[in-house]
Amino acid sequence: MTDPRNPSTRPGSDPAGGSAGVDLADSNTLAYSGRALPASIQASRVRSLGWWYQAEWRLIGMRAYWTSILGSALLTPILYVIAMGIGLGTLVDKASGGVDGVPYLTFVAPGLLVATVVMSAANETMFPVMDGFKWGKLYFARATTAASPTQVALGELLAVAIRMAAEAAVFWLVLVLLGAVNPTTSVLMIPVTALAGVAFGAPLMAYSATVEQEGYQFSMVQRFIVMPMFLFAGTFYPLSAMPGYLQWIGWISPMWHGTQLARAVSFGLPLAGWEVAVHLAFLGALAALGAWLAVRNFTRRLQR
Amino acid sequence: MPVIEARALTKTYGDVHAVDGIDFDVASGESFGLLGPNGAGKSTTMRMIGGTSLRTSGTLLVNGLDPETHGPEVRANLGVVPQTDNLDTELRARDNLIMYGRYFGLPYSYLRPKADELLAFAQLTEKAGEKVDNLSGGMKRRLTIARALVNEPTVLLLDEPTTGLDPQARHILWDRLFRLKEAGVTLIVTTHFMDEAEQLCDRLIVMDHGKIVAEGSPADLIRRFSTREVLELRFGSERNAELVDDLRHYADSLEPLPDRLLLYTEDGEAALARVRADGHTPMTTLVRRSSLEDVFLRLTGRSLID
Repeated sequence: MTDPRNPSTRPGSDPAGGSAGVDLADSNTLAYSGRALPASIQASRVRSLGWWYQAEWRLIGMRAYWTSILGSALLTPILYVIAMGIGLGTLVDKASGGVDGVPYLTFVAPGLLVATVVMSAANETMFPVMDGFKWGKLYFARATTAASPTQVALGELLAVAIRMAAEAAVFWLVLVLLGAVNPTTSVLMIPVTALAGVAFGAPLMAYSATVEQEGYQFSMVQRFIVMPMFLFAGTFYPLSAMPGYLQWIGWISPMWHGTQLARAVSFGLPLAGWEVAVHLAFLGALAALGAWLAVRNFTRRLQR
Repeated sequence: MPVIEARALTKTYGDVHAVDGIDFDVASGESFGLLGPNGAGKSTTMRMIGGTSLRTSGTLLVNGLDPETHGPEVRANLGVVPQTDNLDTELRARDNLIMYGRYFGLPYSYLRPKADELLAFAQLTEKAGEKVDNLSGGMKRRLTIARALVNEPTVLLLDEPTTGLDPQARHILWDRLFRLKEAGVTLIVTTHFMDEAEQLCDRLIVMDHGKIVAEGSPADLIRRFSTREVLELRFGSERNAELVDDLRHYADSLEPLPDRLLLYTEDGEAALARVRADGHTPMTTLVRRSSLEDVFLRLTGRSLID
């Protein structure tokens, strides 16, 4: 293919005419300045790095609500530590001498971190995704650039993962400063938490990409998936404290698998090697399946 | 080599043939129009060109490449202005341009000065730091067009560029688009406005129900499918229909519309004189040049905007 960007093939490049406003010479330069990368280079850059260009601007777009992101990351752990550590924790520790052999605050802190971040992941993958298809239609704008629908989906997911990791890092730092966790291996809670966030966020993103109506489904997701998971998936007490017929809620929730791993790295909750492997595999599989479905659903909707 | 080459291009949604086997070529530097009512298949055709709608059958080449298999390569040469503005309302005007350019893999060192040039072209320099939500409809439209130019495309796809804009805003836009055409950019425009097609297009296809019903330059289409002049007569909504048969012989052809009768003739004034001489008393009359609106009416029996 010949490159149509050769200026000699473009007519009208004589800088003679011009009226008010931008003169003709300028609109020629505007159409072809010679400074832009050739189309073939643009395409090859996007083919290899398009997923990152997509993520980059999703993250920059989060500037619009960065105060609420930071506020939630800073304030949530402070409130939880006061309520759970000083309030509830005192009661629990007095009555039973802690949970799993550690003070209640130590036990509950990793769970709160994972739960908070997973819920943020849910928020980032419901209405914002629907907005991209339905209200603002920004995904359609992105799909008209050199990017592919796959890159739009993966870039979106990557941006959510990065946000989750950042939120987890701030949350973790506050927990350390408040003395709720030891600043040693507990730093591994950050990637574990981000993984749990993606394991929940990716399938939810795939689902959100199929929502055509006004999104009332999302309040159902909040009420019947996110809330039960928060309450029953071992965040506030070990899953074993629940009757056997309710424990499955934990087994199928990314929150529980993430929390178990977070407890292992923060205060050394004893997990067998196979347990670690199962938790990681469950989260990894859910993230991968969700990503695959998200790519499929984004592609379908962007190429209709 | 044509910039666009479509053969038996077809898109079906279930039983609906949105685009029904159309053939057309667009030459480099040409300003090409797709004219037709809503639902004629214009937007679907545009989206297939960008590879953002997969065709059901037929072949389509853009700069010699299939947009479905070479999406990034094809789209790197395209600027797309969609029917509804999809700017990022959370960002400022200038950032919208930079962001969009990033999606083409363009470096910030290129994008920052380019964004300023594009804002000047779109007469939005003073609005550079304004949030998109605070811009008027015409400004948003110009920003969307500026955004489409950020990668210096050789082909600009404009889907109803001026729908919903006031007359002044439309004229500003037409002026900007005309400059781009002069600078050698190939324009592909869909519209259901006749004046827009006549202003912008060297050549156009008239689409209806997914098919091409006519093709040519605006002047050529008017010559082939209409007369030089049109006499519009209004007798009041009840009487218009009654008079159709009485008035038919005053013109080459007659199209009844609910509110008026259109008499196609080489000489409108002469026809009007004869109508009056025979004792008919229209409430209002108008003699005008034939337009693409008349071509469409003639070809499909329907007016373009219902």
